[in-house]
Amino acid sequence: MTLEEKFKELKERNEKAFIGFITAGHPSAEDTSEIALAMIKGGVDILELGLPFSDPIADGVTIQQASESSLRAGMNTDTYFDVAAGIKGVEKVCLTYYNLVLQRGLEQFVHDCESAGITGLIIPDLPVEESKPLLKACARHETDLVFIIAPTTTDKRMAKILELASGFVYVVSLLGVTGERARLSDAVRPLIGRIKELELARDRPQIPLAVGFGISTPEHVRAVCEVADGAIVGSAFIKMIEERSGPELEDRKAMLTEIEAFTKSLKRETKNTR
Amino acid sequence: MLSKPDEHGKFGIFGGKFAPEVLMTTVEELEAAYITYTNDKGFRTELDSLLRTYAGRPTALYFAKNLSKMSGAKIYLKREDLVHGGAHKLNNTLGQCLLAKHMGKRRIIAETGAGQHGVATAMAAAVLGLECEVYMGTEDIERQKLNVFRMKLLGAKVNPVDSGSKTLKDAINESIRDWVTNVENTYYLIGSVVGMHPYPLMVREFQRVIGKETKVQILDAEGRLPDTIIACVGGGSNAMGIFYEFLSDDAVELIGVEAAGKGLETGEHGASICAGTEGVLHGMYSKLLQDEDGQIKQSYSFAPGLDYPGVGPELAHLAESGRVKMGSTTDEETLNAFKILSTKEGIIPALESAHAIHYAIEEAKKKAGEQKDHLIVVNLSGRGDKDIYTVAQVLGDRREAGYV
Repeated sequence: MTLEEKFKELKERNEKAFIGFITAGHPSAEDTSEIALAMIKGGVDILELGLPFSDPIADGVTIQQASESSLRAGMNTDTYFDVAAGIKGVEKVCLTYYNLVLQRGLEQFVHDCESAGITGLIIPDLPVEESKPLLKACARHETDLVFIIAPTTTDKRMAKILELASGFVYVVSLLGVTGERARLSDAVRPLIGRIKELELARDRPQIPLAVGFGISTPEHVRAVCEVADGAIVGSAFIKMIEERSGPELEDRKAMLTEIEAFTKSLKRETKNTR
Repeated sequence: MLSKPDEHGKFGIFGGKFAPEVLMTTVEELEAAYITYTNDKGFRTELDSLLRTYAGRPTALYFAKNLSKMSGAKIYLKREDLVHGGAHKLNNTLGQCLLAKHMGKRRIIAETGAGQHGVATAMAAAVLGLECEVYMGTEDIERQKLNVFRMKLLGAKVNPVDSGSKTLKDAINESIRDWVTNVENTYYLIGSVVGMHPYPLMVREFQRVIGKETKVQILDAEGRLPDTIIACVGGGSNAMGIFYEFLSDDAVELIGVEAAGKGLETGEHGASICAGTEGVLHGMYSKLLQDEDGQIKQSYSFAPGLDYPGVGPELAHLAESGRVKMGSTTDEETLNAFKILSTKEGIIPALESAHAIHYAIEEAKKKAGEQKDHLIVVNLSGRGDKDIYTVAQVLGDRREAGYV
């Protein structure tokens, strides 16, 4: 299923998309498979699986530390695709930084995504200006390159982004890096409004909009889903994994139960929204 | 052959704007403001005046008689160590702080490795009445205590960075994160010819004064252009600064010297052009130190200003085209040159610049047999006060081990 089909299917059920992010290999590759399974049981619609990079400039301290610990534990691009291929029963999107895609070779990277059942790519340090080569590779493998729109994005840039976007658009809710915030950014509503206005002026079906950065509670998710097509939660999961993944089997079981319950509590808020 | 980026900020295949979307509008605004103000007569007059009366420009071009005699060529030193603050860094920070002020940004953030750029930023911010915060790796804070204290005295806030390798690259990561968060009122002042367009172009233009002066001075002193110009390369700002004016003078050989650290073969070095591969880091496509997957490797040099796993895109381009020749010098060789310049010329060089001094001595010896009066200019980019603890420690360790 393509990402746009997924959003469509959800819409028919009067639901919005709940998108959950975890860093592959944090705390270990085996844990990632189990954590993903718990999220799937909890009802996650799209799993955003991070391939960690040594210098993640768009991420806050929580995801940065998870990336460092994953790399220390031996995560690499080959292992990443193995782990991703093993996760089934959910739409999967890869989030990573451009250098890792570049070094594997654009064609090879997208090919490996396709083989692992990954249908979309999010590259936070690849703006539209530099995206042409990767877009070409993505087109050959029916993989979506998900672009980001931020509160600082001008209408002119926005139009360029919407022209090339596929799958969904990742709407960054605030000025800043990833990480939990106490309240939802005031920038979300006006930003979504601006995007929709531009979309209306275009002669094509509207692309789904998913909002991320600083979204960590069921209240945030509901508020986002009232205006957008999906909500993205990342750092809250990473923090939960970080705090609860102790050495004992019991700890791990408890962590997985908690992840599942947390996912359920967030997914619930995407249903029957206004 | 003049080197100019294309409309996408690319020098050949290198450069570009690989920045998070949040920053793209700001980067576009910065590019526009940079073009507007640097073409503005008032701005240029103000900057020239600051460079002359505050920074102490023009700096001398000094004929190093003793060094020349012992090595067999005529060696001149461009005395950027005499710039206020002790390094060429102030040329750039004055330019960018003035730009920030004209753009209405009151808060300056900067990254620093050796602390020289941090100090130069703190100075420029102080004199222009701007708020200043500097990000610095905890590892570098430890080895450059003097500069940390100087920054604080100058009224800057020093923010320790404890992530990754705790050095320059991580300080840059943290600065970018701050910038992403405070983009509306904050100006990110990059200290070298690295990062996304327009920084590599802008920093080179602000450092270009080094080469402009050198050209006039060497013609005045020798009546001809030098045969060779040598500069050390970390990110590449002092090298681009002195090279640029000579790019179209084909007879002038330009040599960049990278940090070979403990030896290129050990993997512990900072030689991104000599031993690196192409990739994307900190907004630019350039030569990097990285593993097969593209994870950035930790660089190493005892000269913190050269301890960076990337290099400016324009320099990567000029090296690939063959216009600039690249070499590298180990810690050990550098230490020797550091001692030679101190004892023979009474100048304690920055460890960064001492890399270029070593290379110049070797080059002079090589050319001595081939040509009479081979003329070399070395960019002495900074003074070595900041490094005396590092040197004392290296020498002290050896004394204990019985080497000295």
